[in-house]
Amino acid sequence: MIKIPSVHYLAIAPVLIFFGASLALLVTSALRRSRLSATAATVFSAKCSLAVVVVAVFQWLYVSQHGASETISHAIVLDRFGSMATVAVALGTLLTILVARDWAIRTKLLGIENHILIMATSAGAIMMAVANDLVVIFLGLEILSIGLYVLVAMDRHRARSAEAALKYFLLGGLAAAVFIYGVAILYGATGTTTISTMSLFFAANYLLHPGLAYLGGALILIAFAFKVAAVPFHNWAPDVYEGAPTPITGYMAAVVKVGAFLGFIRVILSGLGTNLDTWRPLLFALIVLSTIVGASVGLTQRNVKRLLAYSSINQAGFMLLGLWAGTGRGIASTLFFVCTYVPVIIATFAIVGLVGGATDDQHDIESYRGLGRRQPWLGAALALLLLSQLGAPFTLGFFAKFSVVAAVMDAGGTTLGVITMISAAIAAAFYLRWTQILFADPEPDQARLKVPGATGFVIAFGVAVVVVFGIWPTPIMWLCQHAAISFLP
Amino acid sequence: MMHSSWWLSALLLVPMVGVAFVLLVRRRPGASYAVGVGVAALEMALSIVVAWMYNQHLTRTGIDFAARHVISAPLGLAYDVSLDGISLLMVLLTSLTLLLALLGARDKRREPALISWLLILTTASMGSFLAHDLLLFFLFFELTLVPSYFLISQWGGTERVRAALKFFLYTFIGSVPLLIGILFLGFKNQHYVRGALNFSYTTLSAVHLSHTASVVLFCAFGFAFAVKSPIWPFHTWSPITYAEAPIAGSIEMSALLAKLGSYGLVRFAIGLFPLALSDMRPIVMTLAVIGILYGSAMACVAGDLKRVIAYSSLAQMGFITLGAMSGSQIAMIGAVLLMFNHGVITIGFFLLVSFIEKRRQVNTIKDLRGLQASAPVLAVLFTIVILASIGLPGLSGFVSEYLILLGSFATNTWWGVVGAFGVVGAAIYWLWVYQRVFHGKADAKNLAVEDVTNKERWVLVPVVVLILLLGVFPRPAIDKITPSIANLITHVSYSGVDK
Repeated sequence: MIKIPSVHYLAIAPVLIFFGASLALLVTSALRRSRLSATAATVFSAKCSLAVVVVAVFQWLYVSQHGASETISHAIVLDRFGSMATVAVALGTLLTILVARDWAIRTKLLGIENHILIMATSAGAIMMAVANDLVVIFLGLEILSIGLYVLVAMDRHRARSAEAALKYFLLGGLAAAVFIYGVAILYGATGTTTISTMSLFFAANYLLHPGLAYLGGALILIAFAFKVAAVPFHNWAPDVYEGAPTPITGYMAAVVKVGAFLGFIRVILSGLGTNLDTWRPLLFALIVLSTIVGASVGLTQRNVKRLLAYSSINQAGFMLLGLWAGTGRGIASTLFFVCTYVPVIIATFAIVGLVGGATDDQHDIESYRGLGRRQPWLGAALALLLLSQLGAPFTLGFFAKFSVVAAVMDAGGTTLGVITMISAAIAAAFYLRWTQILFADPEPDQARLKVPGATGFVIAFGVAVVVVFGIWPTPIMWLCQHAAISFLP
Repeated sequence: MMHSSWWLSALLLVPMVGVAFVLLVRRRPGASYAVGVGVAALEMALSIVVAWMYNQHLTRTGIDFAARHVISAPLGLAYDVSLDGISLLMVLLTSLTLLLALLGARDKRREPALISWLLILTTASMGSFLAHDLLLFFLFFELTLVPSYFLISQWGGTERVRAALKFFLYTFIGSVPLLIGILFLGFKNQHYVRGALNFSYTTLSAVHLSHTASVVLFCAFGFAFAVKSPIWPFHTWSPITYAEAPIAGSIEMSALLAKLGSYGLVRFAIGLFPLALSDMRPIVMTLAVIGILYGSAMACVAGDLKRVIAYSSLAQMGFITLGAMSGSQIAMIGAVLLMFNHGVITIGFFLLVSFIEKRRQVNTIKDLRGLQASAPVLAVLFTIVILASIGLPGLSGFVSEYLILLGSFATNTWWGVVGAFGVVGAAIYWLWVYQRVFHGKADAKNLAVEDVTNKERWVLVPVVVLILLLGVFPRPAIDKITPSIANLITHVSYSGVDK
């Protein structure tokens, strides 16, 4: 007889809300005789996202009082680390839904499939971040990926969109296979798929023949590296970023990173954490390659979506720094980096989507010539967002880079600190080239871009976050630090 | 009693509030310029008040107006400002540069944006000079790059995009080791005292470092400052940048931002790593001397006036470095004084060159000839600035260079001897430039050059007054900076370094 495990619903409420909302929307739209209006769906999804934020706040408060706990026979954790990730995902979902709505109106691709899929995907991202079991992480990974395959192909007018989806699907499928194979091998080596149990196993046992565990861990690491687009598993990223509908590209760059990175942290630092020194060389290689390749190949790009893809590869290298460090400071700083990247990159892609126009294909860097002169506010907003990604002082991006580099320095990784900062200097060249074109002398007969309300809000939100927390990073840092404390065993 | 740090916060805030006002009135023609000048005048007045209030005998370290507020403990971020003798002159120079750049080098192309960037640049450099915390210093130090980049790339000459990128990348890469060094030092301290992460200058200057660590860190810090100054051989960005930048930008960069490098060298590289000095002194002083000679030689053959100024600056920065590294109190006072004097002189040079450029549209030396006949007052002003730069007794350049050479002779004779040739070099290239540009028989174009207008004369009055005043009566300035430098020298020599 199967014993039904106890369920702490607060822990899985965010996943349930997003997934339930997604299903509800799906069923309603199927059953209703008249078409469900996209506006109603947008409002509904936005409310769901806000509800998830509220639930995450309650989770945080609950954990503050009762401490972190595991539920559903150790498959899910309720801790502040997970709540923080949930907030980031929900916020990213909210912003993406707002941007996607305006995009859909522009490209005349109105429908509610976007909302259904985005919410389902977000449920997967959250699941990855709160999972305490490799199988549950895999479940999250698949929910996340399958939704994305469809979302990437959403732009029916462009063949590139379907092409990107196919590419993403084939490579993503391979990565998933690699992951599950790694899980199976690790299960063979340790006898468990539960992350916390695995951590205890490694702490309590000395493996005479650790080859199997190493192989399993390495396969999982590769799968995650694929998901976060770390070099050399990054090849899909530029093509998929370019082909996907622009709001979805922003969503991928933001929310997928949250889910994947936080799941990654749990596996590598909690599950396999006792053997961190084993994984450090691999992480070292991933970081060095990602930052350097991302920055230098980015220099040659003329398509801004590809450019941002390489930029995000570079940023992924930075996010990995906290994992290499493996300390509380490292986890807090990666969390800080990932969470603050969400509004910035979604707002950036919101502007890219606006410039992309009704066909969503004007992404040559030359389309930005003089934009900042015609529309100073929009230009200044994009410049600020880019400067933040560059890591200019008194923007949020500076503290993100500063905190991860500080974390590796603290853990003794001076070489890594130097290499990644030099890559940031290389990457600066393409961000600056973009801003330079942004404020160059405008072409005479360019029309002004119309900024719809919702997109405008997202851009303003991103800029506000960059500026306010760029001067006063204290609250976010405080949250991340406390999230990291409750996470560590 | 120590003065309130609000005065320094005001120095930082006034330009930023100014930016808001400039953007508010951006649609009315000329209004943003008026606001900009008003803000610059206010900033100048504030700096003078602060300089007048500053009491150098208040603390042993010469620090006044100090306050520290922790912003984020996990990041080690704190708002920590203070003023001492070394930063005092730099604060005055910052305000003066802004005011004269606005008054003398008005550029009507997209004025609100230009003035906003100049004001942001002022806050950034003011912040670097006032920061008493290494992380805060780094933030402001890096922040200067952004406005400089936009000033060059938006308002510069034909090669502006390349020049701006070159400038940005050089200095950005230069500051990578600085950041790593700061972090290293911060964690060294944290692991030692087991407290919160803390980048306060006072705390970090007490960290015990091994000799090797000192040398490595000195190199890391020194590299960033050498690129910024620039010190030979890290100067290759500077000629093209100074030549391509708009006049206001050139003024800010050579008169002010270059001083960030030497200021950083004096305050941080020397102040934090005294153990490294015995090893690094001969190397850096040699680079400085090479810079003096190389700069002088290149200034002789440079084809246009802006490049002459750029190479002359390289030589002058060599003098500053020589004095700063010599380990002698007199030479270091001279170096700090020369930082200010060279700033003032460079403002004068760039303004005069911009006046010539406005009239002739060129600044290549071979196109200019016999300007003395058509523009006698311009010639006189140019002469004064040239003589100050050469170091004629009675003018400001002499006092500082004399102090530097005097101190260097005492501690490091041979470097002093070779460096002294730089004074001769300066005389050669400046007088030769003067001869080619102002003497001779002018052709029609050069004869048609009008003399400086009344307004232009007034702009140069502060420059000339400061050159004369600090030439004959440098005492008040020296009195204000001496205690801080004496303290620095003591700190340095207590750490096992001979005078």
